[in-house]
Amino acid sequence: MRDLPQQSDPNLIAGAEGYEDAGVYKLSNDIALVQTLDFFTPIVDDAYTFGKIAVTNALSDVYAMGGRPLTAMNIVCFPATKMDLSILNRVLAGGLDKLQEAEVTLVGGHSVEDPELKYGLSVTGLIHPDKVVFNRGCVPGDRLILTKPLGTGIISTAIKAGMAGEKAIARAVYSMTALNKKAAELMLEVGVHACTDVTGFGLLGHACEMIEGTEAAIIIDSSAVPYIPEAREMADMGLVPGGTTRNRCFREVMVDMEPGLHIFVSDILFDPQTSGGLLISLPAEKAGELLDRLHQEGIVDAAIIGRVEAGPAGRIRVH
Amino acid sequence: MIEIDVRGLSCPIPVVRTKQAMDQNPKEDISVLLDFEVAVENVTRLAQSRGYKVVRTDTDDGYELSLRL
Repeated sequence: MRDLPQQSDPNLIAGAEGYEDAGVYKLSNDIALVQTLDFFTPIVDDAYTFGKIAVTNALSDVYAMGGRPLTAMNIVCFPATKMDLSILNRVLAGGLDKLQEAEVTLVGGHSVEDPELKYGLSVTGLIHPDKVVFNRGCVPGDRLILTKPLGTGIISTAIKAGMAGEKAIARAVYSMTALNKKAAELMLEVGVHACTDVTGFGLLGHACEMIEGTEAAIIIDSSAVPYIPEAREMADMGLVPGGTTRNRCFREVMVDMEPGLHIFVSDILFDPQTSGGLLISLPAEKAGELLDRLHQEGIVDAAIIGRVEAGPAGRIRVH
Repeated sequence: MIEIDVRGLSCPIPVVRTKQAMDQNPKEDISVLLDFEVAVENVTRLAQSRGYKVVRTDTDDGYELSLRL
């Protein structure tokens, strides 16, 4: 999109120019639209579970902006000549069940014939124009909270390799199908400075987006970062997704890793996530309260993983 | 020495094929031909986690990893 001319519109609150998770368009002084779209190929073998993951992932961008998703439309690519239609029905059933859990209404969709199954959604939500939570806005002194464990990229790779154990798959599926709805509601109640959801660029990639071009720096305490335990053994066996290396190459100029850290720290912090958790920056005095409330709501992997400092500008230090 | 060629295959298939060769030939050294760096790293890690000594040679059209018991 960067080669296209930029449009300007006085009502556009968040558009394609930044790294925001969703577009936000002001309709009136009280209401703005939040719009997002995401679709991808299956990352688990079970069709129904894939549908649930795709919906959880698509809704997440609205939650990360502080919005309330209202309606969704299915996007389907399907190889009708070589795959049984019942598989698609299971995908869509999983998606609809997750939409109902989120209290989002499915209003339609579109399908095309394609050599490979793909599923996702376009989601529309609402937000108050003055209450949008951007991914920029970290303030020195803030604490960073991550609400889900990392490692879904490594485990997805292990699934593709046929080398993932049942426990690892169950943990990854649990995480990828857990809506960010409650975490976002609590974040809005407590009050935060910035938020994004952790997806394909990995934790460090998305953390870079929060401070790139600003005066702030981020310190990550790698020992505090939650991850799915089985991911470590799988990374040691070489089941690291290709995306990890791309993420590292793209962002390593902004990141200082403390010498002597195990290679797994880099693997997990750059691991591309599907339907990852929220990465929230908020005042230190509120961090304990939000963390307690997340834990009380069953979001037990949530942890304070780092802090924001006044500089050096745009740098991330991992220790 | 068992030889396997995983050139042209994307991750995680090089790791899968190498692991199959290890499982089928547990007492043999294995030579793996690869054509991209990430696969070289991943197969190296698999081999080291299973106790092989890894010797890397850069060839004209890729890499050869010699996995020695």
